[in-house]
Amino acid sequence: MADRLTVLTGAEGHDLSKLEQYRAAGGYASLEKARGMTPAELIQQISDASLRGRGGAGFPMGRKLSLVPGPDKRSGPSYVVCNADESEPGAFKDREIMRRVPHRLIEGCLIAAYTIQSKNVFIYIRGEYLAEYEVLAAAVEEARAAGLFGDVEILVHRGAGAYICGEESALLDSLEGKRGQPRPRPPFPPVTGLYSGPTLVNNVQTLASVPSILELGVEAYKQLGVASAPGTVVYSLSGNVSRPGNYELPLGTTIRELVFEHGHGVAGGRALKAIIPGGSSVPVFTPDQLDVALDFDSVQAAGSYLGSAAIIVVDDRCCMVQLGLRAEKFYMHESCGKCTPCREGTRWLVQLLQRIEDGHGRQSDLDLLRTVCDRILGKSLCALGDFAVYCVASYVDKFYDEFQRHIDLGGCPFGSHSSIDGIVAPSDQHAHTAMPDPVTA
Amino acid sequence: MTPAENAAHFRQRVEEIKAVYPDSRSAIMGALHLAQREHGGWLPPEALEEVAEAMELTPAYVQSVASFYDMYQLEPVGRHTVEVCTNLSCALAGAQSVVDAFEQELGVRAGETTEDGAVTFRIVECAGGCGSAPVVVVDHRYREPVRAEDVQEIVEELRG
Repeated sequence: MADRLTVLTGAEGHDLSKLEQYRAAGGYASLEKARGMTPAELIQQISDASLRGRGGAGFPMGRKLSLVPGPDKRSGPSYVVCNADESEPGAFKDREIMRRVPHRLIEGCLIAAYTIQSKNVFIYIRGEYLAEYEVLAAAVEEARAAGLFGDVEILVHRGAGAYICGEESALLDSLEGKRGQPRPRPPFPPVTGLYSGPTLVNNVQTLASVPSILELGVEAYKQLGVASAPGTVVYSLSGNVSRPGNYELPLGTTIRELVFEHGHGVAGGRALKAIIPGGSSVPVFTPDQLDVALDFDSVQAAGSYLGSAAIIVVDDRCCMVQLGLRAEKFYMHESCGKCTPCREGTRWLVQLLQRIEDGHGRQSDLDLLRTVCDRILGKSLCALGDFAVYCVASYVDKFYDEFQRHIDLGGCPFGSHSSIDGIVAPSDQHAHTAMPDPVTA
Repeated sequence: MTPAENAAHFRQRVEEIKAVYPDSRSAIMGALHLAQREHGGWLPPEALEEVAEAMELTPAYVQSVASFYDMYQLEPVGRHTVEVCTNLSCALAGAQSVVDAFEQELGVRAGETTEDGAVTFRIVECAGGCGSAPVVVVDHRYREPVRAEDVQEIVEELRG
């Protein structure tokens, strides 16, 4: 596997951002192969390979493709939208894919477009990824000039800084020139998406994984990973780990192997306290869960989500109330404001956690935290509010004693020695007048 | 160019952006990015009006979109911007010491601009550089990782 290009594997040590080099590595052979098949055959192959979305939800791509009505069953155009708005705290894999193997993504987009017989591909890249935009836009120009597009057009669209636009329906609204706020569903994008047309929305890595299915063949592809989720995934490893970075490995790699073999263990040989297995939005794991396999179903069976496969390692110097507070300030800042439970609930969570951290917490606040979580969970149009709950509720559950000690001591048991003590968030920095406190008001 | 020529040029650029989309309203984000670049890194009210005119939308609509996204600045900014991520992975890697160093070196608090108008210093949410944390973004270009001891050199470079 090491020499063969999958997504990032095989791209080590040489620059594949240019067309010539990418082609020399076997690039665009899968596109040619795909165009020699019928769209139905292609959908069957992707379904048989059980390719699951790498953006967070793990939805089978083959099923999504089959939900998009074919040209004879629709009146207007259909669209392919690549979600390159990577913003999940802990995730940095799409960024590396776009910078190092942009043509892999373009090839995947063109195959997807052929599959649903679409002429329009949009790649929505987060605004902050300026260098990656430049690389990707240059690669698009190069591929177009080389005649690889046929009658398809690919447009790279820059976002402007909003976590919520990584949510597919908010992304579509943003792409239509609106505030990026989620839509009620149904209808789902494969039926009514961009400009009300049938739309396939897939993450960067999902699309970039498609060429290797055709290259390896379905059976060989399924030898990688686990039966419920074949193939490789790029794990983004960060936090208190000796060798952070992106590691493309077969799905189902254990946390122990990722953190201790590939990541060389906790930085400075410190004690492991917690592992966040799928980006900041998912329930936390404790050191007794190191043998959980990192694939969608195994992580879910263990009580969390693989999400965007962003693994954050937390060592014993970190206060979990502070970590929860910092995470919650993020969700409060990024809540788009459309749904009341998320907009107001995230503020409640921030203020409760702040009070506990500051030493003014009451015993009843621990129950109130859970009550507020319950009033957010499942009550909004998208999952942002749920994400805000998953993380904090799990910190309270799994580190209850630490929360209790904040109440008992009337302050942080770490004193000022937590590794993230005093961390300031964007929501703290503006000189606005202090928010009224709904908890005490 | 005269102001009138500038305005005509801007409208033409926006027309080019509009032309690539099936629905011209999709060009609003590109138009706002362009206007912000032309107005020194932020969007004064007249910039929103120019975008509105070129997009054939109301200024209120344009402002509703511009105010939604963190990268559109509705208040004046310095000639340079320095942004530090303090989300979880950067926090765990010591981002606060980098924030403290910039605040001390620049003499401003996060969210403020230096008195000489040279640098706006902000804290941002996850920039997607978690594997090489802490991340600092200087004039929209990533520097990673940046340690507290690197800060003085960055500030000197910007004040150059």
